Amino acid sequence: MNILNVMMQPEVFLVWTSLAKSIGLLAVILGLVSYTVYAERKICAWIQDRVGPNRTGIPFTGIRIQGLGQPIADALKLLLKENFIPAEVNKFYYYIAPKLSMVPAILVLAVLPFGSSLFGIPMVIADVNIGVLYVFAVSSLGVYGIVLAGWASNSKYPFLGGIRSSSQMISYELALGLSVIPVFMVCGTLSLPEIVLWQRENGWMVFPIWAKGLTWDLILSGDIGAIAQTFTAGFSLQRILLWVPMIISFVIFLIAMFAETNRAPFDLPEAEQELVGGYHTEYSGMGFALFFLGEYAAMIAGSGVIVTLFLGGWSFPLIPDGSLPGIPGVLAGLVNIGVFFAKIIALLIFFIWVRWTVPRFRYDQLMKLGWYVFFELALVNIFIAAFVLAYIK
Amino acid sequence: MQLALFWIFSILMLAFALGVVFLRNPVSSAMSLVMTFVALAAVFVTLDAFFIAVVQVLVYAGAVMVLFLFIIMLLDLRAEKHRKVRPSAWLGGGLVVGGFMAAISQVIAGWSALHQTKPELSDPSFNDVAGVGFTLFRDFNLPFQIIGVLLLVATVGVVLLSRKELK
Repeated sequence: MNILNVMMQPEVFLVWTSLAKSIGLLAVILGLVSYTVYAERKICAWIQDRVGPNRTGIPFTGIRIQGLGQPIADALKLLLKENFIPAEVNKFYYYIAPKLSMVPAILVLAVLPFGSSLFGIPMVIADVNIGVLYVFAVSSLGVYGIVLAGWASNSKYPFLGGIRSSSQMISYELALGLSVIPVFMVCGTLSLPEIVLWQRENGWMVFPIWAKGLTWDLILSGDIGAIAQTFTAGFSLQRILLWVPMIISFVIFLIAMFAETNRAPFDLPEAEQELVGGYHTEYSGMGFALFFLGEYAAMIAGSGVIVTLFLGGWSFPLIPDGSLPGIPGVLAGLVNIGVFFAKIIALLIFFIWVRWTVPRFRYDQLMKLGWYVFFELALVNIFIAAFVLAYIK
Repeated sequence: MQLALFWIFSILMLAFALGVVFLRNPVSSAMSLVMTFVALAAVFVTLDAFFIAVVQVLVYAGAVMVLFLFIIMLLDLRAEKHRKVRPSAWLGGGLVVGGFMAAISQVIAGWSALHQTKPELSDPSFNDVAGVGFTLFRDFNLPFQIIGVLLLVATVGVVLLSRKELK
């Protein structure tokens, strides 16, 4: 028996394809993280009418390429910095906290379908039928890193940051979990790949007008009457009415995601004016970098969940059978992966845009918004969706 | 493979459970309890009970223990570390543990299901979320509602008791 035969045995095949998918996805995500930081600095500069990082280019050549070399320089700087440990910290938890804040964000990626299939292999690392619950379970563990960092630093400001963060995350987890229930009621499944397929057939959750049976051949033929007919065929009153709960779900989920990832306008745990650096005040070098990495990885994973649940996942818009014109199978799979990451990048830019536009909330306003508005709204929203599904056909 | 995973996660679970009891730092105890829950969830996964596993992590590790940690961090841990355990506490604790272990071993010894091996799931893609949902909301709807009301009453009671000025 040669190596190839062993590789193609079902169990062995599953192991090495899963490993390849995990490593590939991780590499893409880490690259995306470093360039999100660059995008953050660049977009922030544009919004504030500055230039932003534009010096660092390819090392030793003097070529600047708009500062695109900046992430490499940042990473090197953080790696080479002295990892200073203050006296009187609890060493074990001080070491482990940055890792604890980063790992859950990366674990979430395991269940996100990031493409249709390549060479017949589904582009999701673990296709479990409880997909979304896994996302909530794992991301709820992310709070430990922040709480423990605040406590182990043995210092006032980090401690207050940690306390703020934990109460904020617990409060918004409720709204986050309740807001997606209408999505499952409409799709009838918790599995993320199935939710994506449902949206490809029946339209995105936030976009109820959808064509039925529209294909690329029809679009390229330019027959406007036939194209219009597919849209009238795809029209249903129930879908239009479901738009109301879906938009409410989407808005609550999006805003709760801002709070869960500690992004402005909800970045109270690290509010500079009040708490210095918040929970990571006492960290330097790689410890600080890991918190940073964790925050951005959580942002990317959160955007991935939003894209999968509300924005059609990896599917190309408006083509219910998923065909692409004249593109062979492998390339079509790559196009789907590209579509998924394009949607994620669009959301990331939105995250950044909001951060540099909206001022920070006050802490009591944040809590009131979570408990008095979003929690109730998400509950009522479930009943609206149930009513529409039950009585309007 | 499944057997190996079972042993790995059971040993992890028991080790961290011992950590909950024997570690002197309350934060370490709480974190050990979190790890116990996570390892228990992993054991559920080896039994194909994904839903229970995820709920275990979501509710206990992700919500309940965060609140515990929250409270523990507000305590004075130095005083807690130097606290002496009195002999009477040792005696009482030992009695409770011994009695509990005796009761548990009695139950296990008389449990016929212990010697049966788990039958394989006939359909590996069985949707356990739907299964749990139908069982809870259709077959046991009334008991479920009653428990819900009970929890609501308890919550209202806590809110009432924790208010400072009782009129």
